[in-house]
Amino acid sequence: MKEFVEGSHAIAEIVKLCKPGVISAYPITPQTHIVEDLAQMVADGALNSQFVNVESEHSAASVVLGASATGVRAYTATSSQGLFYMAEVVFNIAGMRLPVVMTCANRAISAPINIWNDQQDSISLRDAGWVQIYAEDNQEAVDFHLIAYRLAEDKRVMLPVMACMDGFILTHGMETLDMPEQEKVDKFLPVYKPLYKLDTENPITMGILADPDYYMEARYAIQDTMKDVLDYLPEISKEFNSVFGRDYKDMLVEEYKTDDADKVIVAMGSVCGTIKEVVDAQRAKGKKVGLLRIISFRPFPYARVYEALKNVSKIAVLDKSVSLGAYAPIAVEMKAAFYGKKKAPKVISSFVAGLGGRDITLETVQEILRRLGTKEVNSDFIDLKPELLKEEYGE
Amino acid sequence: MFGPLTVKPSKSKGDKTGSWRVQSRPHYLQKNCIACRMCLLACPEGCVYGKEKNTFGVDFNFCKGCGVCADICPKKDIEMVPEESKTEDK
Amino acid sequence: MENNFLFKPGHTACAGCGQAIAARLVIDAAGANTIVVNNTGCLEVFSTKYPETAWGVPWIHSLFENSAAVASGVEAALIYLGKKATTNVIAQGGDGSTADIGLQALSGMFERGHDILYVCYDNEAYMNTGVQRSGLTPFDTNTTTSPSGKQSTGNLRPKKPMPEIAVAHGIPYVATASAGFVQDLQRKVKKAISIKGPKYIQVHVPCPLGWRHETNQTTPVAKLAVETGLYPLIEYESGVLTNRRQITPKPVEEYLKTQGRFKHLLNNPEEIKKIQEVADNNIRKYNLKAEA
Repeated sequence: MKEFVEGSHAIAEIVKLCKPGVISAYPITPQTHIVEDLAQMVADGALNSQFVNVESEHSAASVVLGASATGVRAYTATSSQGLFYMAEVVFNIAGMRLPVVMTCANRAISAPINIWNDQQDSISLRDAGWVQIYAEDNQEAVDFHLIAYRLAEDKRVMLPVMACMDGFILTHGMETLDMPEQEKVDKFLPVYKPLYKLDTENPITMGILADPDYYMEARYAIQDTMKDVLDYLPEISKEFNSVFGRDYKDMLVEEYKTDDADKVIVAMGSVCGTIKEVVDAQRAKGKKVGLLRIISFRPFPYARVYEALKNVSKIAVLDKSVSLGAYAPIAVEMKAAFYGKKKAPKVISSFVAGLGGRDITLETVQEILRRLGTKEVNSDFIDLKPELLKEEYGE
Repeated sequence: MFGPLTVKPSKSKGDKTGSWRVQSRPHYLQKNCIACRMCLLACPEGCVYGKEKNTFGVDFNFCKGCGVCADICPKKDIEMVPEESKTEDK
Repeated sequence: MENNFLFKPGHTACAGCGQAIAARLVIDAAGANTIVVNNTGCLEVFSTKYPETAWGVPWIHSLFENSAAVASGVEAALIYLGKKATTNVIAQGGDGSTADIGLQALSGMFERGHDILYVCYDNEAYMNTGVQRSGLTPFDTNTTTSPSGKQSTGNLRPKKPMPEIAVAHGIPYVATASAGFVQDLQRKVKKAISIKGPKYIQVHVPCPLGWRHETNQTTPVAKLAVETGLYPLIEYESGVLTNRRQITPKPVEEYLKTQGRFKHLLNNPEEIKKIQEVADNNIRKYNLKAEA
């Protein structure tokens, strides 16, 4: 059903259709509208969930961990500082193989404090063992939540999934969306049947102490499962398409006019909408430019990326995050995808833009294409204001 | 793929912590016992069994020889004896 | 062992461990229809080292400070499943994980009114990591991070009044108990389980290793703490003090001399006097003194 709706509200709608048994969240901008809407739905009897108003994000994540461990579908949402406060629990949930789904409304990280969008928060937790998928627009954000639960609860997976969407840009942006109907959601997403749970009929111990004789295998199992997720995502995407009529191909990457491109920009999230406009404008002028959009950041689709870009001579990776003191996060993965391969781009340059919500305009993207030359650059910050930078500290 | 993750209680045999005893072990005299059950309640291992008077004893597979039971028995019907004496309760 | 299938022997607690005594008594009193959520600490470590488990009930460990929050999630899930009426939920942890790092989660659980019994095993220090000082470490206690020395007589601060903090949250039942009074502990657990809402029981559990006493002295040491007035056994129901174990007070020195962690005080009458004051305040406050 077509609706013109704010992103956050659409997310609350889709979460409601997923029928979670327990919802727990702590307010943080820009996630607030999602949980407020869910609270209203519960208050109106439209959603039969236990809504637990916790005293911190650490507890929000702990509540959904406990609920999921008791065999119930659970949901939480957060951003930035909230994600970092629950970081310990985030790793714990993955280690305990619990299929929690979380919305990360991507927001910049303190310090300095900044409530606007970049991808530093979820990217900083890339080692946690959560599947991470990034939406370009609100339709994807909605659909990806369904896919997230379907993937997480798959008995071959049993890993938590972070559905990432750019804060404010998507959460507070209004778009016309095709909101799924309950019957179709029920068809695509069956009732959750846990592999293991806390049940007095069948007691088990969860959250073991694993000494050096046992720990590595527990971790290896997650790494192995993540590799398999690269195959399950295309499978589930196909299922999704057959029920809802929207084709996300392999749910790993989107190739936008990359076939014969000389220059390709690699990016993630809503900025890709802007990049597509620049690609179209460049193509109209006869320039062979393309965009490779990363959808699944974890597991990272190295083979898929290689296949898509092995014949492209110049790549510009646009990161909306940094790894301070090293190469930018997506750039590093891109370089790894090609290292040691016979066919590889001549140049993989890394650009950083949009930190703290600084607008990435058409001009920004064009500037990146201009700077994508024969000489490789690394962590080249675009749209920097030199007048704000001084060598020595002073007022 | 799954690695070590959960444990079913039925699958767990427990470590044979009786091997920890080096000094002393409890000897249940089973003479003046009044079946107050204090030894059974206070054992940190929970390896004391018994129901009626003079039927109490320990599972030496698990007893660590701490001596709490001997200390707590109101009738002094439990003695701590050297481990080497290996007295087995009836 | 047919007796204690809810918490089996074969775990790796120290010989004479007070917490092992208490933990087993708690789950035996609560029964098989109980889900236990445990913080990181001695109890969790010695009872669930893979591939072993001492627990015959559903049991989960997440992190150091969040059992109260995880238990809140378990309880919410049980309500959703329609199973809460027939399932008890116990969240438990040591003094450090309860009163220090876990205080936020515990306070939230109390404030939200979850139907959960929280049990704090109070051995008065961070024992599992090597006897470091916690918020529940009593005044003048020698721990590794509040050691006695040429310029110190041990822990500088009084014991955090955790039971009173629990009472201040307005929860229906708060009690203190002791591994030295095993039947009293079980009675309190059974009583707590029968009440709906958040409950808090703080159990004093001697630690032979950390307190430096012989393994067979666990019960007498625990009893002396109560009998000197240093660890009052009290019950609050709906915020009102309804019960206390009456004592014929023994001088605190009798308790202090049983443990190596107080050895440095024995030739320091000035410090002993301060500790006696703590006991006397308790006796006065809770009206502990038995009638003649």
